[in-house]
Amino acid sequence: MELTGAQILMKALKEEGVDTIFGYPGGAAIDIYDELSRTDIRHILVRHEQGAVHAADSYARAGGKVGVCLVTSGPGATNTVTGIASANMDSIPIVVITGQVPSHLIGNDAFQEVDIVGITRPCTKHNYLVKNIEDLARTVKEAFYIAQTGRPGPVLIDIPKNIQTAKTLYNRQKPVALKSYRPTYDPNMKQLSKVIGLVMASERPVVFAGGGVILSKGSAELTEFAQRAQIPVTCSLMGLGAFPGTDPLWLGMPGMHGTYRANMSIGESDLIIAAGVRFDDRVTGKIETFAPKAKIVHIDIDPSSIHKNVQVAVPVVGDCKKSLGLLNHLLDKKNLKDIPGKRAAWLDQIRQWKETTPLAYHQKDTIKPQHVVKTLYELTKGEAIITTEVGQNQMWAAQYYHFDRPNHFITSGGLGVMGFGLPAAIGAQVACPDKLVIDIAGDGSIQMNIQEMATAVQYNLPVKIVILNNGYLGMVRQWQELFYDKCYSCTDMSHAPDFVKLAEAFGAVGLRATHPDEVIPVLTEGLASPQTVIMEFIVEREEGVYPMVPAGASITEMLLV
Amino acid sequence: MNEEKNVLSILVDNQPGVLSRIVGLFSGRGYNIESLCVAETAEAGISRITMVTKANKPVVEQIKKQLHKLINVMKVNDLTDTKYVQRELALIKVNAKPEHRAEILRIVDIFRCSVVDVGPDHYTLEVTGTEDKLAALCGLLKPIGIKEVVRTGNIAMCREVQ
Ligand SMILES: Cc1ncc(C[n+]2csc(CCOP(=O)(O)OP(=O)(O)O)c2C)c(N)n1
Ligand SMILES: [Mg+2]
Repeated sequence: MELTGAQILMKALKEEGVDTIFGYPGGAAIDIYDELSRTDIRHILVRHEQGAVHAADSYARAGGKVGVCLVTSGPGATNTVTGIASANMDSIPIVVITGQVPSHLIGNDAFQEVDIVGITRPCTKHNYLVKNIEDLARTVKEAFYIAQTGRPGPVLIDIPKNIQTAKTLYNRQKPVALKSYRPTYDPNMKQLSKVIGLVMASERPVVFAGGGVILSKGSAELTEFAQRAQIPVTCSLMGLGAFPGTDPLWLGMPGMHGTYRANMSIGESDLIIAAGVRFDDRVTGKIETFAPKAKIVHIDIDPSSIHKNVQVAVPVVGDCKKSLGLLNHLLDKKNLKDIPGKRAAWLDQIRQWKETTPLAYHQKDTIKPQHVVKTLYELTKGEAIITTEVGQNQMWAAQYYHFDRPNHFITSGGLGVMGFGLPAAIGAQVACPDKLVIDIAGDGSIQMNIQEMATAVQYNLPVKIVILNNGYLGMVRQWQELFYDKCYSCTDMSHAPDFVKLAEAFGAVGLRATHPDEVIPVLTEGLASPQTVIMEFIVEREEGVYPMVPAGASITEMLLV
Repeated sequence: MNEEKNVLSILVDNQPGVLSRIVGLFSGRGYNIESLCVAETAEAGISRITMVTKANKPVVEQIKKQLHKLINVMKVNDLTDTKYVQRELALIKVNAKPEHRAEILRIVDIFRCSVVDVGPDHYTLEVTGTEDKLAALCGLLKPIGIKEVVRTGNIAMCREVQ
């Protein structure tokens, strides 16, 4: 039987196991929306297309499936760009479907026409304009395949309106095999033996893991490897949760706002085993003096990540989970009895760094933002899914909430998108209805996608928003304080809405704490509520995030509290 | 580190937009393109791009990896340090006053070019060769007066191993 393009799209999505779409309709997507109403796919109607993409991104991370967005042409499509760019930087598998003006109008500056394939070419893993109804089913199949294989990423499919209504026979598609795209999953065994040789000889090894370990579902392998070889572990922002944050070998996050012991360990290490990281400048600081004494092993599925920012001694191209699993096999053949003795001095040194220079703040008369996060951690026993906005709030979340499991910390790492946290909380809550999902937010960031409160309330998503309200674009203010003579140019945000009333206006619950004594009661009440809740904490206005490595300095040159 | 010319031979699946993906990669990451030639290969649907880029060693390595990462790129061959033949075609319109015509034709002969268009005061020459040869020819014609030069950019092919 002949089916329309819209019907074929629905069938193809079902075949990919899609049961949820985040989206927003419009003229160029109306035929798809019409068809969608006759399927059992759940559609979450966001309030801004950017929210749809962040939600799909977070849905993918929390739920382990490809996130899907559906939007209309023109402004609907351009509104997705920030979300796509963020997913691209963080290697998150999403598929974004955009309606397009009819084929015969493309290039005519038609109403709501925009070259979204051209616009998103540099910020997608791949993208398509479907020009022929016969190509539609195949394109959807390929898009899902590309999004979730190799180094994952966003794929966009632009579907002109006439293709949505054109008819053809639908055939179930064969599995994809692209001659020009064959990611390398299996690492080279010779390289892995070299790694084991280095591990056995090393006096001061450090494991540095990132988002790639989480994406490959390799946390268990990573943890086994580190524990058996007694190697302390640091994880990038994207990697938090890949290794238990309560394990004695845990160093904390490295880099600009990393812990003292993580940065010092990298500075003193003789062997860094990096897995699924890309040596972002926020981690390395001054690249010339990064890990000056270390040989670096770099495991990554994307060959272009290797040798990009740092020169490495042993490159390993392959899947992190597979590679780490194979390293564990190789450890089986080694005598590990001497390892604890061999590491004692190094682990002792690290313990000293932790004791002398821990993460610290002093809770006095006004609420300290760190205290809010720490209390949140204690009250939730570290079991919540935490999403974040961007700025100081994000860094305090990373420093003071400890993650024992992967996929529980969801943040816009590479692009650093303010406004990510709330739609991300929605996406995570949709993926994990039984989990407690909390957005740790700043007063500035939360206003960037605050409209998604309506989405959360409409779908009874009991997400919790913790606003650390310092009345500033705090992270920028901190830079101005430290490096621009306290000239707080355009960072005062004290003109803000009444967040409690705002929550109520959206049909959610609003709570506020202004005094340290109120932190526990407000958190307790808010977390216990079955509704969407905003909890606003009026915090110390000029609190800074420390340690801090000034931009361009070595990571061992930290400004401390 | 020294920037050197590198000759890359890139096989692509001839999908719409593949060239703009490649060009966009270069502009977006700040790489440079000295010349670029694109045409179909003997196999339908597959094109070859010959690109000359100037960069230092680590950057060339990144360029190759980034190119390879593009979904439609099938193969990236770096010919730079291999044995390869390289050709470029140029059309050169040169002033041809009666008193210079004989000299121009002598040069044409030596360089094995051909005259493809003649006017009252110009010759248009067609020449193929390596970059060095084209440079040498232009050097000789310059004093006579070059009106216009159109070049194709380099194409290259690796030699069969004997
Ligand atoms: C969309 C966007 N615009 C601008 C920035 C630059 N920026 C980074 S952090 C920050 C301040 C964030 O303020 P707030 O949300 O109040 O968080 P705080 O640092 O105060 O915790 C700004 C403006 C950004 N990251 N994203
Ligand atoms: Mg703020």
